[in-house]
Amino acid sequence: MTGTPLTRRQVFEARQRRRATTIAAGSTCAVLAALVLLIPLAPGWEAVKRSFFNAEVFAKTFPGLLNAFLLDIAIFAWCAPLIAALGLLVALARDLRNPALYPLRLAAMLYTDIFRGLPVILVIYLIGFGVPGLGLPRPWNSPYIWGSLALILVYAAYVAEVIRSGIESIHDSQRAAALSLGLTPSDAMRFVILPQALRRVVPANMNLFIALQKDVALLSFIGPVEIFRQAGVYKSLMANFTPYVGAALIFLALTIPATRYADHLMNRQRKARS
Amino acid sequence: MKFWTTTAAAMLMATSALAQNDCAAGKTVSDGMLTIATGNPAFYPWVLDDAPESKQGFEAAVAYAVAAEMGFADDKVTWVRTSFDQSIQPGAKDFDFNLQQFSITEDREKIVDFSDPYYSSAMAVLTTQAVIDEGASADLDSLKGLIWGADANTTAVPMLTDLIGPDKEPLLYGDNVDVTAAMQAGQIDAALFDLPTALYLSAVVLEGGAILGQFPPDRSENPDQFGLLMEEGNPLKDCVNAALAALTDSGKLAAIEAEWLQQTTGVPVIE
Repeated sequence: MTGTPLTRRQVFEARQRRRATTIAAGSTCAVLAALVLLIPLAPGWEAVKRSFFNAEVFAKTFPGLLNAFLLDIAIFAWCAPLIAALGLLVALARDLRNPALYPLRLAAMLYTDIFRGLPVILVIYLIGFGVPGLGLPRPWNSPYIWGSLALILVYAAYVAEVIRSGIESIHDSQRAAALSLGLTPSDAMRFVILPQALRRVVPANMNLFIALQKDVALLSFIGPVEIFRQAGVYKSLMANFTPYVGAALIFLALTIPATRYADHLMNRQRKARS
Repeated sequence: MKFWTTTAAAMLMATSALAQNDCAAGKTVSDGMLTIATGNPAFYPWVLDDAPESKQGFEAAVAYAVAAEMGFADDKVTWVRTSFDQSIQPGAKDFDFNLQQFSITEDREKIVDFSDPYYSSAMAVLTTQAVIDEGASADLDSLKGLIWGADANTTAVPMLTDLIGPDKEPLLYGDNVDVTAAMQAGQIDAALFDLPTALYLSAVVLEGGAILGQFPPDRSENPDQFGLLMEEGNPLKDCVNAALAALTDSGKLAAIEAEWLQQTTGVPVIE
C-alpha cells in the first residue's frame, strides 16, 4: 500500500473530503458562536438565566434530585423484566395457530389494541387510583404496585407487537423445515423461530426501553416522589425552574448512552443483513 | 355662579381622577385597568364557584377591596388565570398581581415580588374518620406513624418533614383533587393543607373527611403567610402594600376574613 502513488481520482476525492470537513467544522463553529453570543443579548436573558440556570439553586437541589432518581431506577428495574416477559407471552398468544385456542389469540389482540391506544398517563391514573379505590387493604393498594402495573401493561403491549413483527419476519419455510425435522410446533418456536426473531427486534426493543426510562417519571402523578416530582417540589419552594434542568441532565446522562447503543446495534444489524 | 360650579366640578373631577391613579397611574399592564390573576381553577373558600368576578370568596373579596383602595372601580378590574408555573416563569407577566394562596418565602422572593401578607394561615391535618377510628390522634407521636400526602406545589411539603417528620416517605401529588383521591383509595392516611382548604376538602370533597388538628400560624418559625405575587421589580408594589395597610388599619381585611373564613376557629391545636 505504501508508496503506491494515488490515482487522480483518489486525490480528488481526498480533497473533496477535506473540503467537506472544513466546511462542516466552520459552519458548526459559526452556529455555536452565534448561539453563545446572541442568546445573552436577548432582553430577557438575565431573567431566564436566574430562573433556569441558577448555579446556587442547582448546587442546592442536585444531590436531592440524584437521590430521587434512585427511585426511578428501581421502578425501571422491576418493570423492565416483567414487561419483557408479558410482551413475549402476548406475542406468542397472537401467533397461536390452534383453532381451539382462538379465544386466547383474540384476547391478546384486544389487549394490544387497547393498551397501545391509550396514553400512558391515563392508564396510570385509572389503574393507580381506580383499583386501590375498590377497597384493597394495605399494602396491596400501594401506588408503587398499581402504577408499575399500569406501566407494565402499556409497555408490554408495545413490546408484544415488536416481538410479533419479529416472529412474522422469519420466513414460514423455517417453521416448515423445523416441523419436517420432527420438532413439535412449540419446539420449533422455541429453538428455531424465537432465537432469530428476538435477535432481529433487539434495536426496536431498545428504543422502547429508552422510552420507558423516561415514562417511569409519570408514576409521580399518583404519589411516589421520584425525580420529576422532587424537582417540582424544589421548583415550587424556590419559584425557580433550575431543578428541572438538573433533572433533565440526569435523564440525559442515562438515555444518551442508551440511545447511542441502540443506534450502534441497528447499524451492526444493517451491515450484517446487506 | 355658573363659572364657579363648572370650575368646582372640573376640580372635583380632576382630584377624583388623580385619586384614582395617583399611585397606580401608568404602572398597570393595561392603562386604567387592574389585571388580577388567580388559579385555574380557583378553589373554595378562596373563590366561590370558580368565578372571581362575583366577588364571592375570600381572595376575590380581598382582590376587589385592594383594587378599590387603589382607586379602581369594580368594572376596571379584569381577571386572568395562571397556573403556579406560569406565575413564576421569567419574562413579562400578563397580570398586575396574582393571588392563589402563594406563601411568601425567602427563596421565592428572589424570583418574584410579594406584597405584604394578607392572610396568615394555620396548617391543618386532613384525614378521614376511618383513620381517627383506628386510633390516630392529634399528637406528634401518633402523627409520625401515619402515611402522609401533600400537594407538591405547596409549602406543606417542607413543613411536613420539619414539623412532623413522618416515619414513612410522604407521597406527593399535583393538586388537591389527587390528594383526596389517594386518601379515598386508602393510599395515604393524612395530608397537610392550609386550614381553610382543609376545612373545605373535609366538608365537601372527601367522603368521611375529618380535621385532626391544626398547627397555628403564629408558631415561632416560618409562619405560612399569603402574599400577592407580582413580577420582580413591579412598580405597583408600593401602591398594593399601601392599599393592604389601609385595609388592615380600617379593619376591612379582618372583616373580609371573618366573612369568608370564620369557621377556622374551633379546630384543636396540635402542640
